[in-house]
Amino acid sequence: MLNQLTQYLQSTVTPGQAGSMLWATIYILVIFAGISLCVVFINWGERKALAHFQIRLGPMRVGPHGLLQPIADALKLLLKEDTIPANADKVVFWVAPFIVTTAAFVVYLVVPFGPQHAVTDMNIGILFMLGVSSLGVLGIITAGWASNSHYPLLGSLRSSAQMVSYEVAMGLAVISAILMTSFTPGSGSGTLSMIGIVEAQKAQGVWFLFKFFPLGLVAFVVFAIAMIAETNRAPFDLPEAESELVAGFHTEYSGFRWSLFMLGEYAAMIAVSSIAVTLWLGGWMRPFPNLLSGTNWDTIFSLVPGAFFLFLSAVTLYSTARMPKKLTFRIQTVGLGAFGLLLGAVGLVMLVPGVRERVQDIFWFMLKVAVFMYLYIWYRATWPRYRFDQLMRVGWKVLLPLSLGVLIVTGVVGLSPELMTWLKGVL
Amino acid sequence: MTTTAKLDLNEDKTFLDSTELILNMGPQHPSTHGVLRVILKLDGEKVLGAECVIGYLHRGVEKIGENRTYVQFGPYVDRMDYVAAVSNGLGYCETVEKLINVEAPPRAQHIRVILTELNRITSHQVWLGTHALDIGAMTPVFYCFRDREEILKIFEKYCGARLTTHAFRIGGCQWETYEGFEKEVLSFCDFFEPKIDEYEQLLTTNRIWVERTKGVGVISGADCIMLGVTGPVLRGSNVKWDLRKAKPYSGYEKFDFEIPTGPNGDTYDRYVVRIQEMRQSVRIIRQAVANMPAGPIMAKVPKILKPPAGEVYHSIEAPKGELGYYIVSDGSLQPYRVRVRPPSFVNLQALDQMVRGRLIADVVAIIGTIDIVLGEVDR
Repeated sequence: MLNQLTQYLQSTVTPGQAGSMLWATIYILVIFAGISLCVVFINWGERKALAHFQIRLGPMRVGPHGLLQPIADALKLLLKEDTIPANADKVVFWVAPFIVTTAAFVVYLVVPFGPQHAVTDMNIGILFMLGVSSLGVLGIITAGWASNSHYPLLGSLRSSAQMVSYEVAMGLAVISAILMTSFTPGSGSGTLSMIGIVEAQKAQGVWFLFKFFPLGLVAFVVFAIAMIAETNRAPFDLPEAESELVAGFHTEYSGFRWSLFMLGEYAAMIAVSSIAVTLWLGGWMRPFPNLLSGTNWDTIFSLVPGAFFLFLSAVTLYSTARMPKKLTFRIQTVGLGAFGLLLGAVGLVMLVPGVRERVQDIFWFMLKVAVFMYLYIWYRATWPRYRFDQLMRVGWKVLLPLSLGVLIVTGVVGLSPELMTWLKGVL
Repeated sequence: MTTTAKLDLNEDKTFLDSTELILNMGPQHPSTHGVLRVILKLDGEKVLGAECVIGYLHRGVEKIGENRTYVQFGPYVDRMDYVAAVSNGLGYCETVEKLINVEAPPRAQHIRVILTELNRITSHQVWLGTHALDIGAMTPVFYCFRDREEILKIFEKYCGARLTTHAFRIGGCQWETYEGFEKEVLSFCDFFEPKIDEYEQLLTTNRIWVERTKGVGVISGADCIMLGVTGPVLRGSNVKWDLRKAKPYSGYEKFDFEIPTGPNGDTYDRYVVRIQEMRQSVRIIRQAVANMPAGPIMAKVPKILKPPAGEVYHSIEAPKGELGYYIVSDGSLQPYRVRVRPPSFVNLQALDQMVRGRLIADVVAIIGTIDIVLGEVDR
C-alpha cells in the first residue's frame, strides 16, 4: 500500500499511463464524485446568480444562503414517484437518461486537470472526447421518441438537428487548435492528446487563444458559441424551450430519471468547458506564465489556491459570526461554521509545500472552467432564445464558414516560414 | 439582413407518406397566458393553421350583470381583465353615467385619468414581462414586476386593493385622494421613466430580440380593421386610432399626448408602440397631477339607481384596445342585458392569420404580442 502511494507521488504521468489500476480506479471515483458534487453546486450557483441578476434572493431557506437546497432537491427527486407514460416504449424510455449521463461522464476519462491529474492520456484524447460527448444526442433522441408524446418528439428533433449542425463548426474550430500544436518549434508534429495539447502551449509559450492573434481568438469564440448550442443552453436552449415545448425532450420524465438528464446536462457543460480550457486557455497552466515568470512568481502563484480557500473560509466564518443569535438559526450557524472550518482546513493543506505544487494545477483548471460556468448563467439571464431557423442559420452560415476560414488561414500563417523559403527558392 | 424570411407553404412539400401533426397547445401550457387552448396543425415546425378554443375561464359575467343592480355589478367587471381592472371599472362607470345622463365632476375625472393611466402602465408591464419570457428573456419580467409594485402600492393606498381595485363609482369616485397622493404619483413618474430605458436596454437593440420579433406576426392595418382588432395591435399596423383622441372621454381632450404608431405591423412594432405608450402615460399623469382641480368628487346620483328604459354603448381605450359596454335598461333596478366588447377576445381572432406559415416559436411570440388576458376573453 505504502509502495503504491510513494509510486503515485513520484509519478509524473497519469495513472493510466503509469499502468496503475488502483490509482486509475481511485481517480475515476474521485472525478465521478467530484463532478457530481460540482453539478449539484453549479445548480445552486446558477439559481443564486440568476436570482441576483433578477433582483431576487434565490434559495435562502435550506441551510445558510440555501447552500443545502441542491441536496434537498436531489433527495426530493429520488423520492418522487417515477412515472412512465402508458404508451411509452418502456425499455427505450428507461435507457435514454442513462445514455445521456454516461456520455457526459465518460468524457472525463481524458480531461487533464493537471499533468498527472487525469485518469489516462490517450493519443486520440480530443477525438475521444468529441466522439463520446456527441453520443449524448442519441439519448436525447431516444428520450423524445420513447415518450410517445408530441412535445418531447419535437424537442428531440430540434435537439438532434441542432447538435449535429453545431458539431461541424465545433469540430473545425477544434481542428484549428490542434493544427496550432504542430507549430511547436523543434517538434514538427501535432498531437491529439489532451495533455499533449497543453504541453504544446507550454512549449510555444502562448495560450492558443492568443496564438496568431486574432485567429486563435476567433476559433475560440466559434467554439464557445457552438458549445452552448451543443449543451442546449440559453440562448440556444430550443430543445427544452420552456415557453414553447413545455420541457422539450424530458417533458414526460420525472423523479430520478429526470434528475439524470439534469446531471448529464450540467456534466456535459463542464466537459465542453474543459475542452475549451484545454485547447485555448492553457489547461492547468497558471495565469501570466510569460509575463510573471521565474521561481519567485511560481511560488507566489502556487500559494494562491490555499490563500483563496482561506479567504473563502474567512468570509464564511465572518458570516457565521453575523448569523442571528436565535435558537432557530442554531443548526444553520453550526453548519456554516463547520463549512468555514472545512474550507480553512482545505486551504491550509493546500499551502503545504509539496502538496501545493501538485494541487495548484487542478485549482487553475477548475477556476477557468468556473468562469465558463458563470458565463453560461450570465447568458441565460441576458438573452432571449433563438428561433429554430435562426439557430440553423447561425450554425451553418456564420459559424461554419468562419471556422473553416480560420482553419485555412491558420494553416497558411503557421506554414508561412516554410512557404517563404519555398517562394525564395522558386524566385 | 434577411430576418423577415418568408415561409412559403408550397416551398417544400411534405413527404408523400407523412401527415400533419396536430398539436394541442394548452389549456395547460406555460405560455398561453392562462387557459387558452390553441390547436395547431403542424408540418414539422411549420404552422399550417391555428384554431383557438376558449371558454375554460367562462364565468358568465354578462349574465351575472342581469341579476345584479347597476351598483352591485361594479366589482364584477374588475374580474374580466384583471391586470387592467381600473380601466374596466372606468368603462363600466362611464357607460352607466351615460345611461343616467350624469357626468363625473372634473376632480373625479382627473383622479380617474391618473389611476387609469397608471393601470395602463401596469398592464403593459405585465405584457412586457410575460412577452419577453415567452421569447426566452427571463430577466425583464422581474424588472417589470419590481416597478409594477410601486403602482400597486399607490392603488392600495388609494382604495385598499391592489389588483381588482373597484376604484371608481357610478358618478365619480368614492374616496378623496389620500394625503400626499399627488407627490407620490409624481415621484413614481420620476422613478419610472429611467426604468423604461432599462427595459429598452435589455431588449430594444438586442440582436436576438430584434430577430425574434421583426417580421413576425405581420398584420396589415386593413386586416386589423376588418377583424375589428384595436389597441396597440392596430396602432402597430400604422393606424392612428386611439379612442382617447378619437372619442375623448373622462376629459382626455384636455391632455396633450401623442399616439405612437409602428410602420410594419409586426411584433417588434407592437413592442415599440407599447413602450412608447408607457412614456405617453407618464406624460398624461404629469399633466393630470399638475392641473388637478379642486371640488367635489361625486356627482349627484340617486341612492337607488333606476335608469330610464333605453340602451347605451360606450367604449374606452383600455390598455389592450377598445373596451366597450352595451347596456340595455328596461327601467328596473337591474340591467336587462349587459354586453361587453372585450379587446382581448376580438384581438385574439387575428391569431390564425398571424401564425399561418410561421414556426412554433413564433406562435408563443404572437400570443404574447396580442396581449390577451383569458379572464377577459372568456368573461
